[in-house]
Amino acid sequence: MGGEGTQFFESVADTAARLAEAGYLASTDVATTVFLADRLGKPLLVEGPAGVGKTELAKAVAATGRARLVRLQCYEGIDEARALYEWNHAKQLLRITAGRDEGWDQARTDIFGEEFLLTRPLLTAIRGDEPTVLLIDEMDKADVEVEALLLEVLSDFQVTVPELGTITASRRPFVLLTSNATRELSEALRRRCLFLHLGYPEAELERRIVRLRVPGLDAALAESLVRVVGALRAMELRKAPSVAETVDWARTLLALGADTLDETVVRATLGVVLKHQDDVLKATQKLTVA
Amino acid sequence: MSVPPQPADGATATGGATGGGTAVGGAADGGAADGGAADGGGAASRAGAPAADLAARLTGFVRALRGHGLRIGPAETVDAAAVLDVLGLADREQVRAGLAAALLRSDGQRGVFDAAFDLFFPLGVGDPESVRRASGPDASDPALRDPAAPEPDQPDLAPLDPAHLDLARLDPAHLDLAALREDLRARLAAALAADDRAAQARLAGEAVAAFGRYGTAGGSGRPGSDGWSAYQTLGRLSPETLLARVLAALRAGAAGRAAPGPDDLADHLLPDEIRRRIQDFRAMVATEARRRAAEVRGTEHVAERAVAPSTDRIDFLAAGRDQLAELRRTVHPLARKLATRLAARRRRAARGHIDLRRTLRRSLSTGGVPLRPAHRLRRPARPELVLICDVSGSVAGFSDFTLLLVQAMREQFSKVRVFAFVNRTAEVTDLLTRGGGDPAALARRILTEAKVTGYHGNSDYGSALGEFADHHLDAVGPRTSVLILGDARNNYRDPRTAALQRIAARARRVYWLNPEQPALWGTGDSAAPAYAQVVEMHCCRNARRLGEFIARLLPV
Repeated sequence: MGGEGTQFFESVADTAARLAEAGYLASTDVATTVFLADRLGKPLLVEGPAGVGKTELAKAVAATGRARLVRLQCYEGIDEARALYEWNHAKQLLRITAGRDEGWDQARTDIFGEEFLLTRPLLTAIRGDEPTVLLIDEMDKADVEVEALLLEVLSDFQVTVPELGTITASRRPFVLLTSNATRELSEALRRRCLFLHLGYPEAELERRIVRLRVPGLDAALAESLVRVVGALRAMELRKAPSVAETVDWARTLLALGADTLDETVVRATLGVVLKHQDDVLKATQKLTVA
Repeated sequence: MSVPPQPADGATATGGATGGGTAVGGAADGGAADGGAADGGGAASRAGAPAADLAARLTGFVRALRGHGLRIGPAETVDAAAVLDVLGLADREQVRAGLAAALLRSDGQRGVFDAAFDLFFPLGVGDPESVRRASGPDASDPALRDPAAPEPDQPDLAPLDPAHLDLARLDPAHLDLAALREDLRARLAAALAADDRAAQARLAGEAVAAFGRYGTAGGSGRPGSDGWSAYQTLGRLSPETLLARVLAALRAGAAGRAAPGPDDLADHLLPDEIRRRIQDFRAMVATEARRRAAEVRGTEHVAERAVAPSTDRIDFLAAGRDQLAELRRTVHPLARKLATRLAARRRRAARGHIDLRRTLRRSLSTGGVPLRPAHRLRRPARPELVLICDVSGSVAGFSDFTLLLVQAMREQFSKVRVFAFVNRTAEVTDLLTRGGGDPAALARRILTEAKVTGYHGNSDYGSALGEFADHHLDAVGPRTSVLILGDARNNYRDPRTAALQRIAARARRVYWLNPEQPALWGTGDSAAPAYAQVVEMHCCRNARRLGEFIARLLPV
């Protein structure tokens, strides 16, 4: 199966090192799975809570592979015309009015040519000659019908346009799908992908992420910060703080010039990490009583 | 297949015992075949498998996962084989991550996967020392080490005296067990304080070797007669009692270096953190005991019995405290999933009914040609829901989870009223909505703040239903679905089915959700058959079944 992948990376260690260069610190799980997706040429389905860096991962892969990033943002009601391709009707009409004297046959072959095709992200990713990373973001927001549409693209890397024929990828893109698991994706789609659950990172990794993203923060403070966030995650909250919120909090503390994480500082800034009033109350109680 | 060079000292230890020259560092069991000889125990039956049987091992692994309800097709198995081909077997954690990527389809399956992986791809065979030696080369080889992973153990972090290891390898019967226990506890405390997971894993191995064996002494390898017990190990070692010691050690260490002020909040969290580390250590001991047991009894046998089910298949009645907490965490995702699924079903159901008036109206803008038909919007009547829950100890976990799920889905219902009972019935809707905050404390608050018990503390379905029918029947109307939650174990009292009949006569539907399996209905003090004659009774043993049921309850 060697020749089918995108071949961005040499080995798992190489994957981790180069993702780190691009500013993405990957755990063994992430590095291994990205490497496999790259090598086996299979799409990678990344699932996990919001704010753990699913989209960032795609950007980092694109940056390391010096590939162009094509992004398809899914939403409820997205359809073929938005995801795959569309004929430029207005331009076709213009073309027909412009050439009044020609015969039907000529006009027909003309108006269904490349010139009138509006490529949308999926087709764009497949048609390119340069290395490409295709990011299909928040797959779970799209309807089930769109999944069916993706099956052909993801398993054979080809798109069928009835008027033009089947367009096959000359160079396979690295495909990354993300999902927040608001609904179950279909078995058929999952079967075609490698699966990666991106959870909250281990304390050590998170410390390194904070240090990388907020270099000005005192190391001891960063450590306390990560420990407090870890404790918050262990509580039963409505919305546990994610990595993005940890980084936000670190930036906040830096901006405030705080040097320890004491009660007053936490009380004043807890709103950065917790987004529900219930959670804030519960956390304050726990942190101050303990 | 890329096979790393055979570790030199592993080879000397093997002494050419198996001739399986394709041993791999720590991933398959070939490299550690020496353990069978060193242990002198039942490991011999599984030792010495060359890498050629990797395919058989992989399919065995997949079979075990299927046995736990994971749906894995042949295509995935082929993918997994391709993964092994690309990755090689040099790094066990990479193999684990790679196989997970190929075989798993959702996060809830990871626990099952990890436990089964440890059984089918053990770190080695036999005593922890030989295992460690087998896995040693890849840990010390910088080329194979993942730079992103935390640094592997430094020898100076955890004192790993060869003398200690010899101690652990000796037959525990001839040793002063008390001294060994103290020694292990001291080193465990140090490892917990340093948060050194590699050292903890080693200690878990040593602890199981020293305290975990049961059955015939000496372990002649008769299958079934002896084995390894995590329970016994943890009972003797009692890691929980180390909390104070670890805490003291850490505080002393912190005082030594320039510590942040005493105001630092992170320090308040220390006990919780250490509790979590101890919890992790307990899990390591369980994994280690399963691994040793698998050598004695066969991997498949242990995989079938000793691997815990995935979260949505946890039996409500058998769930422990940790599992219930895990279940509670799944409430909100489950509620959201059900709501999304329902919305999709409704959208699809709305198609097909043309709204003639709006279509004609719309056609005026296109010159009378109805280009875009308008569909009739259906407004599904949101049902009213009344829950009557048994909150006594026996089914508390089940009631608790169902209450939380209904609470999380309350916008799907026009009105939800909740009644709780043990032997008297009281309305607890307020307790559920007010504050709402801490799901863990919900059950306790219901028991303390609502009047759910009378003269005694046992469940009495008859009088509870009677009281509901007498005092709260106005909560039930023709649009109300009533859910009764409980195991119908009535302590041999009068079931008073007439009361249930009165409720059923007024309600639109009445369902009884019973967390017991149908085979047990009617055994002992269960009044389930009597109630099942009056209302529909469903068996709802785990979160998956409950989710399916709630989804059916809601109209399209």
